[in-house]
Amino acid sequence: MAKYVTKRLLLLIPILLGVSFIIFTIMNMIPGDVASLILGDTAPQSAKNELMAELGLNRPFWIRYIDYVWDALHGDFGLSYRTRTPVFDEIFARFPTTFKLAAGAMLLSVAIGVPLGILSAVKQYSALDVINSVTAMFVSSIPAFWLGLLSILLFALKLGWLPSNGADTAQSFILPIVTLSLPGAAEILRLTRSTMLEVIRQDYIRTAKAKGASNAAVIWKHALKNALLPVITVAGMHFGALLGGSVITESVFAMPGVGTLAIDAIRSKDTPQVMAAVLLLATLFCVIMLIVDLLYAFIDPRIRSRYSK
Amino acid sequence: MSRNTVQTTVKKKSQAYEIWRRFRKNKAAMLGLIIFSIMVLLAIFADVICDYDTQVIAQDMEIRLQPPSAEHWFGTDLYGRDIFARVVHGARISIIIGLVATAGSVLISGILGSVAGYYGGRVDNIIMRVLDMFLAIPGELLAMAIVASLGSSMTNLLIAVTIARIPPFTRVVRSSILTVIDQDYIESAVASGSKDSYIILKHVLPNAMGPIIIQATMGVGRMILTAAGMSFIGMGVQPPVPEWGSMLAEGRDFMRYSPYITLFPGLAIILTSLSLNLLGDGLRDALDPKLKN
Repeated sequence: MAKYVTKRLLLLIPILLGVSFIIFTIMNMIPGDVASLILGDTAPQSAKNELMAELGLNRPFWIRYIDYVWDALHGDFGLSYRTRTPVFDEIFARFPTTFKLAAGAMLLSVAIGVPLGILSAVKQYSALDVINSVTAMFVSSIPAFWLGLLSILLFALKLGWLPSNGADTAQSFILPIVTLSLPGAAEILRLTRSTMLEVIRQDYIRTAKAKGASNAAVIWKHALKNALLPVITVAGMHFGALLGGSVITESVFAMPGVGTLAIDAIRSKDTPQVMAAVLLLATLFCVIMLIVDLLYAFIDPRIRSRYSK
Repeated sequence: MSRNTVQTTVKKKSQAYEIWRRFRKNKAAMLGLIIFSIMVLLAIFADVICDYDTQVIAQDMEIRLQPPSAEHWFGTDLYGRDIFARVVHGARISIIIGLVATAGSVLISGILGSVAGYYGGRVDNIIMRVLDMFLAIPGELLAMAIVASLGSSMTNLLIAVTIARIPPFTRVVRSSILTVIDQDYIESAVASGSKDSYIILKHVLPNAMGPIIIQATMGVGRMILTAAGMSFIGMGVQPPVPEWGSMLAEGRDFMRYSPYITLFPGLAIILTSLSLNLLGDGLRDALDPKLKN
């Protein structure tokens, strides 16, 4: 097991190197020079040249990239071109907002999706099952940002119950979390339903029923444990995706998160800031995927035995 | 030789017919097919329904922000343009992006995934590790960075969402190929000395097609959602082109008193992606009845 974890963590090194190269290359292709973006087009050429030299941007691409990697390996991710502060200052100031959003949305998706999915499977083809399936299908077709806009219109502008933007109070997280959680909830509902239906038909469920276990015991003890495995994977993947993928929702609700920071930085060609944000999100994504795999092994003895070999 | 050809064509026909027969019985899937067909027809005949220059682009400040009426079914936007006309012409853009980006990513993922799955070993390792790098980058941010580097336009948005979709799609293709590759008929094809490219195209891909078709159908809907989201934050199709996402962005500031500006483009997006989801679900049941619960 320890060997497996070490191997996966070591695999992070080439992945992050690759990610850094991809993003560095794309950022380098963004038109416009950084000096003009910072100083304005009308600034004198001498001032621009000076700034370019100061930022080290007058050197060739390869030198700059190798230099960046070398510094990053020593823990120096550089200063933001715009604010001239260490890039991780801004990221760490904003990370709690993004984390709360993603964690809240993931938990809410599971809290809605799993119970409804179980109910749907247990009462297959009932009115409730049909309503659940239709709603899930409908919700997964709605763009999250549109749902966000409508919820702002209803709950913030018309009813005035909740704030429409910012991240200052707990209330301001309610609308964005609900908005972000619904598509995930729909997917988890459908997944829970279909794995549950599959499990219910297994021999060991028939055995449990035959030995006289109550319906509740069969569902909760025997079926659910087996049906939840794929759900854990999907919930984990959602969490990883939400950390980096709530960009548009963050911008709809004007929340100062890592996502909005990254878009602003992309727009102003602030390479060090974009690099740091993407590298952090990529690392988190890989680590979350690793945790999901370990959790899987922890819950399922069949998989655990495969690692120990 | 000729007997052989006849047999295969007959078999293929009956299989496709069998799938269609199962699909037709599924009411939800048929509804999806009908809605999507209507959307496609709107997109094709958009110019016949409303004139692009006079109704979609031309501004008329005298009639700005009018609620829905007999004259303007969906009302008018902040520049006095007819929202119905813009939604109809928007279908063209969204559906083209959805279809072309999906086709592009299916094609590239199809090649990468089948090569990785078929050859395995080192080739597989290299392809999948490179894709892991792309997969670790949040898809939206990757697409936005690509649009920023190429410039905001419909073509570049198309390229960006296509690239962002290739890594997850290649995984689907590869795992689908892996379920086929162990079969005896592949082994006998290899033993009979067929070329690799022939085996992949004639034996492996047709048998691994099911999950790929389902993912592709659902993918069109997802592409439309992603593209709308990108245009919404200004990283995609630029105004005055009537893209649904950018129409939502324009209506955003007037939401309180003129909610219809954001309502109708949003409904158009939902209807299109809902129809594709229904279609994909129906296809899954029709292609593989075993999966149906």
